[in-house]
Amino acid sequence: MTLLAIAGLQKRFGGLVATDDVSLEVQAGEVHALIGPNGAGKTTLIAQLIGQLAHDGGEIRLDGERIDALAAHQRVRRGLARTFQITQLLTDYSVLDNVALAVQARQGHSFRFLREARREASLRAPALALVAEAGLAARAGARVADLSQGERKQLELAVALATGPRLLLLDEPMAGLGPAESAAMVEALARLKGRIAMLLVEHDMDAVFALADRVSVLVYGRLVATGAPQAIRDDARVRDAYLGSGDA
Amino acid sequence: MPDAPQRSFAALAGVAALMAALIALPFLAKWAGQPALIPLASRILIYAIAAASLNLALGYGGMVSFGHAAFFGLGGYVVGVLYQAYVGDARVFGLFPGTNQLLVTLPLAMLVSGALALAIGALSLRTAGVQFIMITLAFAQMLFYLFVSLKAYGGDDGLIVRRRNVLFDLDARDDATFYFFCLAAATLVFVALWRIVVSRFGLILGGLRQNETRMEAIGVAPYRYKLAAFVLSGMGAGLAGALMANLLRFVSPDMLHWTKSGELMIMVILGGVGTLFGPLLGAAAFIALETFLTAWTEHWQLALGPILLVVVLFTRGGLHALLARLSGRRS
Amino acid sequence: MTLVLEQLLNGVQYGVMLFLLAAGLTLIFGIMGVINLAHGSLYMVGAYAAAVVAAKTGSLWLALPAGLAAAAAVGMAMELVVLRRLYDRDHLDQVLATFALILIFNQAVTILAGRQPLFVAAPAALNGSIEIVAGLTYPIYRLAVIAVGLVVAIGLYLLVNRTRAGMLVRAGATHRDMVRALGVDIRLLYTAVFGLGALLAGLAGVMAGPLLAVQVGMGEQILIMTFVVVVIGGVGSIRGAFFGALVVGVVDTLLRAFLPGLLRQVMSGPEADALGAGLSSMGVYLLMAIVLLIRPKGLFPAHA
Repeated sequence: MTLLAIAGLQKRFGGLVATDDVSLEVQAGEVHALIGPNGAGKTTLIAQLIGQLAHDGGEIRLDGERIDALAAHQRVRRGLARTFQITQLLTDYSVLDNVALAVQARQGHSFRFLREARREASLRAPALALVAEAGLAARAGARVADLSQGERKQLELAVALATGPRLLLLDEPMAGLGPAESAAMVEALARLKGRIAMLLVEHDMDAVFALADRVSVLVYGRLVATGAPQAIRDDARVRDAYLGSGDA
Repeated sequence: MPDAPQRSFAALAGVAALMAALIALPFLAKWAGQPALIPLASRILIYAIAAASLNLALGYGGMVSFGHAAFFGLGGYVVGVLYQAYVGDARVFGLFPGTNQLLVTLPLAMLVSGALALAIGALSLRTAGVQFIMITLAFAQMLFYLFVSLKAYGGDDGLIVRRRNVLFDLDARDDATFYFFCLAAATLVFVALWRIVVSRFGLILGGLRQNETRMEAIGVAPYRYKLAAFVLSGMGAGLAGALMANLLRFVSPDMLHWTKSGELMIMVILGGVGTLFGPLLGAAAFIALETFLTAWTEHWQLALGPILLVVVLFTRGGLHALLARLSGRRS
Repeated sequence: MTLVLEQLLNGVQYGVMLFLLAAGLTLIFGIMGVINLAHGSLYMVGAYAAAVVAAKTGSLWLALPAGLAAAAAVGMAMELVVLRRLYDRDHLDQVLATFALILIFNQAVTILAGRQPLFVAAPAALNGSIEIVAGLTYPIYRLAVIAVGLVVAIGLYLLVNRTRAGMLVRAGATHRDMVRALGVDIRLLYTAVFGLGALLAGLAGVMAGPLLAVQVGMGEQILIMTFVVVVIGGVGSIRGAFFGALVVGVVDTLLRAFLPGLLRQVMSGPEADALGAGLSSMGVYLLMAIVLLIRPKGLFPAHA
């Protein structure tokens, strides 16, 4: 079953074509990796899918329903979530606060003024479970500003999961991580595989081939190939455009 | 470092001690033969309400409003206009009679200021950064010039409220009585703000200040929460303005002037941005400075300027942070 | 018709003064990211220095360099001592610190020069009026102010668009980090831009002497208008500052000149005058609000 369907997506910045007629499908439960050299427009594509950047043409459907006119927060409520390559977290708040706020946003009752939110079990309990799943239980009370890069990346994922997504847009979850942290992230994503569909933007080819069901290659805003990981590895055009460049 | 229950107990004890001191203040002032301290304390409480309200938008929500004098002044004018109609036995806008009942004037001032904040906020929040600062200033200036030009409400000279509003039959001519009105209002405002900032709404607001991109990505629509906070903030400033009109028994465009917006910001910064009691500290420090320096020299602002500069440049977090650091060192 | 033309010229003259202040302010904000409320104080310093020297020597030609030097010196000192510490702070700290500077400058000037406003006569060569078109005589001094303003505008345009320093300034307004990365002595650039801004503010102050009373508070009055200009024009844009200044100057002047008269058609004299004065003062703020609502970054934003 097709969960996400992108058709003819277009985005220009002045004379620069960032997204050039991109059509792509993500099946329910599928891990679909999106690879391509730097500057290929991968992050721009994710920003358009979530609605933080307006697209110029084409359409985006989630479960058959057009979502491209919706604001970012509305798309999130329909089951889309993203992580950021450069972590976007609430640095003055604790780890648990960050996740609990996403749980709260999912519940949708935020115009409440009197009860102390940090004491509400309906927010804290599910948040704590997600924090533990991310391996951050011991750091639940720590301020985000005091976290390591690896911990922040794990927290990014936990926050995204707290919104209850059907489709996760992952923007380079391994970027900036050491080998051990990377392995932990791959493991965390592998645990989610099958339950939540993922569009995985990643430069770490070991991770991509370990996780992906299908791989698409984006070069200068254009989709040059989509296929099974092995087929992509063998595709001459992909080798020329990307894999052969030594970037992998 | 003390653990959480101990800390909250210490905080509770601190608040109780502050409350006791504030309640005892008028009696002590009379006993010490310094009755002039009572209206001074009322002034501090009123500015504390205004500054704390501004702090909700500015400190917790990250919305640097340079136009809160609009809400403060409008609150004052609500009292003035209602009183004018009351003594003149006229109708306000030909619609409803005036009044001098505090329980009518204060909520009405909050409502009117809140409505203005809704209009100004709804438009201003489409911008951000320096444009937001300037557009809030622009709206406040419009209101200032509007009231300067309204001869029916005294124009430049403003309106005199010959007698303070009454609470049923209790009149507030006595400074101590009026002080307790102010104390009651301030207590309500601070309790409300305390609940708001720890509530679901408050956490969302703080999140928006820290990272709006993140908040959108978890499904939060920033605009409505910021607007709600801006309106609450305007209502608080309106309440303060209404009390101020009663304290001074006078309201004029001065209350709407942009320097008043600046003073409120100074109090927030001086006390500590984004802290509950910072604005109270800031208001007290500002009024105390003003009072004592004025007695000492007519050029009191020459002394205030450097003090302010030092606070902004060298004490990150204002007096609140300074006190916290001092008490932290002690324990 | 000549009345409208006369007021139009008054508006342009006011706009030119606003431009001299706005050009510096918009560069300082665009390049250094500092909201400097004390920019109006430099205007006041220039005006006072010129007024005092003119009173002592009787010559406005000596007063001119004195005013310029005073404003530039005070401005650079201000940058070195205070503003330099504010570059990386948030807007709130900047507003507060420069608000404190206003208090200091106002009181210092009050102590040094007293509360009485000073009046300055225009230099003899520029006294009197000439007939520009049939039936319209206009003060030469005001025409000179307009001319000076236009010359400065052209000079700035050439400086910013045709020189290497100007290229750095433009780059600084749009890509601050890039200029830092280029290895340009950014501190020197900052101080130079600040000095230039102060010089222009001082020039406006000197020229204001014969037009207005020189008094404490003159800085804030024009400062707020200047901010309106900068925000309407688009922060960081000299072109925006120029068009914004002319629009604000003309709109404000025309409203003040004609609105009370129009209102008098429908209501009694004194009330019409008061309401007209108030409404015309609101006019430019209304204009700014409308511009920002349609184009939240102003008419010619430098940061695209």
